[in-house]
Amino acid sequence: MDRRGFLKSTLIASTAALAGSEAQADETQIPEEMVGVLVDTTRCIGCRACEVACGEQNGLLVPDVLNDGALESHRDTSDKQFMVVNKYETDKGNVFVKKQCMHCYQAGCAAACPTEAMHKNSQGPVTWDGDKCIGCRYCMISCPFDIPKFEYGEWNPKIVKCTLCFDRLEAGKKPACVEACPTDTLMFGSMVKNLEVARHRIYSHPDKYVHQIYGEHEAGGTAYIYLSAVPFDQLGFRTDLGRTPYPEYTREFLYAVPAVLFSVPAFLLGLNALTGNGKSDNEGDRDFDYSDDGEEQ
Amino acid sequence: MNSNTAVAGGSGNTFQFLLQELKPRGPWLTPFNVISIPIILAGLVILVIRFIYGLGSVTNLSQEFPWGLWLGFDVVTGVALAGGAYVITFVVYVLRVEKYYPIVRVTVLNGLLAYMFYGGALLFELGRPWHAANPFIGNSFGFSSVLFLICWHFMIYMVAAFVEFSPVIAEWLHWEKTRKFLKSLTLGAVILGVTLSMLHQSGLGAFFLMAKPKVHPLWWSDFLPILFFVSSIYAGLAMIIFEGTISHRVFKDLIGPEHHHSFEDIMLGLAKGAAITMFVYYVFKALLFIHGKQWSLINDGWGYWYLLEVIGFVLVPAFMFAFGFRNRSLNTIRIASVLALLGIILNRLNVSIITFKWYETVHYYPTWQEIVVTLMVIFSEIWFFRWVVTRMPVLNARH
Ligand code: SF4
Ligand code: SF4
Repeated sequence: MDRRGFLKSTLIASTAALAGSEAQADETQIPEEMVGVLVDTTRCIGCRACEVACGEQNGLLVPDVLNDGALESHRDTSDKQFMVVNKYETDKGNVFVKKQCMHCYQAGCAAACPTEAMHKNSQGPVTWDGDKCIGCRYCMISCPFDIPKFEYGEWNPKIVKCTLCFDRLEAGKKPACVEACPTDTLMFGSMVKNLEVARHRIYSHPDKYVHQIYGEHEAGGTAYIYLSAVPFDQLGFRTDLGRTPYPEYTREFLYAVPAVLFSVPAFLLGLNALTGNGKSDNEGDRDFDYSDDGEEQ
Repeated sequence: MNSNTAVAGGSGNTFQFLLQELKPRGPWLTPFNVISIPIILAGLVILVIRFIYGLGSVTNLSQEFPWGLWLGFDVVTGVALAGGAYVITFVVYVLRVEKYYPIVRVTVLNGLLAYMFYGGALLFELGRPWHAANPFIGNSFGFSSVLFLICWHFMIYMVAAFVEFSPVIAEWLHWEKTRKFLKSLTLGAVILGVTLSMLHQSGLGAFFLMAKPKVHPLWWSDFLPILFFVSSIYAGLAMIIFEGTISHRVFKDLIGPEHHHSFEDIMLGLAKGAAITMFVYYVFKALLFIHGKQWSLINDGWGYWYLLEVIGFVLVPAFMFAFGFRNRSLNTIRIASVLALLGIILNRLNVSIITFKWYETVHYYPTWQEIVVTLMVIFSEIWFFRWVVTRMPVLNARH
C-alpha cells in the first residue's frame, strides 16, 4: 500500500470506529437472578422501622424515631445513614418515601470508578470495596440519584452507601429494612418478578396508582422500583433522568479510544514522512538542537 | 554548547556539579519570593491539617459538591492550559515547521511541569491517596472508567514529555552520548504524546458526560470531549503566547540575540493558529446551541453568563487574534491571549464547578484554604520552572 492509500484508510477506519458506536443498547433483558426491592408507597405509614433496622444492621446512626422529628424536613442519605424516609404533602395526603441507593441495573457509579471499588455484583447489589477505593468521588459525580456519600471529616474516609445488605443476601436472608417493614411496603425478590407484581397491582387497581413504575426505565432501569398514588415529581423523585443507562454516556468515548490509539500514531508518522519529502535528510532527526549544526560529525 | 571545556567527567564531577547547581542564584528578596514563599508555607500547613482531619476540615466540599477548586482548577483547567506542549511538538516535529524551534524547549518544559504539579495536586484531592497506585497495579482495573483512562494517560504522557525534554538535561550535564541517544527518541515520544493528549484532553470533557442531569444544559453536551479537545488547542497556543511574553521579559538576557527577531514572527504565527481554532470552536458551539434549540435557556442569569463566556471570551479574542495577525500588532495578540486564557478557565470552571448543580439553593464556593493551596501549586511550579530555566539550556541552546 502506498503512503497516501495508507493514510486514507487509517482515517476512514478511525472515523468509522467513532461513528459505529452510535447504536443504542437494545431494551436489556434482565437476568432472572438479579434481585431488587419493590416499594409500594401507598402502603407506607412512615414508621421508619426500616431506618432503625438499617442503622443497627450496618453499625450506623440508629435514629430515635419517636422524638427526633426528622419527618419535618426532607432529608438526604448521608455518611451516617444508608437510607432515610421522607414525608411529602400531596393532593392525596401525606406520602412517605424511602430513599436509598437504587442499585441501577447498569450503574453509573460502577462505570465511573477507576478501580472497580464500586462494583455491580452479579446478583444485583452495588457494593464498595475500601481496599480498592482511591477516594476520587467520581462515583458521586456520576450517580444520577446522588447516592454515594463521603466522610469528609475522616483522615481515611469511606464511601458510604446502601449495599442491599449484601452480606445478608449471601447468607440467604432478606435485606434488614425489608424484614423490618410491618406493612409489606417493601417487597424483596427477583427484579423481573417484582416488575410483574408492580404491573399487576397497577392493572388491578387502575384508580389507585399512577400508571408508572419509577425505576422500570429510569437511568436504564433500577433494582429498586416504586409504585405511587401521586405523580412521582411530587415525591421528590427526579423525572428528567432519561431512559439511557448512565454508562452509555461515556461508552462511545471509551470505544473510540483504542481506535485513536492505533490510528493517530500511524497518521502522525505518515504525516511526518510526507512533510519530510523534498527536504534534506538530516533534518528528519532534528530536535531541540536547532543551533548546534557544527557539532554533528 | 561549549563541548570542549566540559565533556562529561566521571560521576563524581557530575555530582559536584549538581550540588553546585542546587544553590540558589541571584537576590532573595524579590517581590515574587516575598509573596510566594509565605503562601507555599501556608499551603503546606493546610495540607497537613487536611491529611489529619479530612478534606472537610479545609475545603467547602460537601455531599452535594464532591469536586471543587482543587479538581476543577488544578486538574481540569491546569491540564487544558498545559496543552501548548503537545500542540507545539506536533507543529515542529510532525509538521516540521521550523520557525517554532526556538520555543519548543520552554513549552515542553511548561507542559511537563504543569502535568507534574497539577496532576500531582490530584493526590491531595483524593480521599484515599494511599491507594492511588491501585488503578495501575493489581486487579483493580476500571476499564469502563474515564478517570481510569485519564490516570494512565497522565502517567504515560509525563514519561513522553520527559523524554522529549531529556536531551536538554543531558546537554546541561554535558552527557554528550546520552543526549544523542535521547534525541533519537524524540519523534516517537512526540507522536505518543500528541496521541495521548488528544485522548486525555477530550477525556477531561468525557469526565462530565455522566453528570448530565447536574451540569447546566448550556454547558453539557454529548460533544463535551470534542469541545474540550478543540479548546485545548487554542488554550495551548494562547498559553505559549502569554508565557512567551513573560519569559521574554523576565529571562531576556538568557535569550540569544539571534532569536529576538524571530520572536515576533513566532507570535504572529501562533496568533493565526489560535484565531482559526477559536473560530472553529465558536462555530461548533453555535451549532450545538442552535441544534439543541436552547433559545429558551438564554433569558436568565445563566444564559447571560453563557453568552459572556462564548462571545466575550471566545469570539472577541478570536477576532483580536485575527486583527493582531493582520496588523502585526503584538499588543493586540497579547491581550487576546489573556482573554482566551480567561475564557478557558471560565469554561472549565463552568463545566466542573460553577454550573454544576445550578439548581441547588446553596452553592459551593472555595474556602480561602483551597485558594491558598491552589496558589501554592502554581507558585511551586513557577519556582521549579525558574530553577530549570536559569540552569539548563532551555531558552537558548547557546549560552
Ligand atoms: S443509585 Fe447511584 S449509587 Fe446506587 S447503583 Fe445507581 S448509580 Fe450507583
Ligand atoms: S471514590 Fe472510590 S468508589 Fe467512588 S469512584 Fe472513586 S475510587 Fe471508586
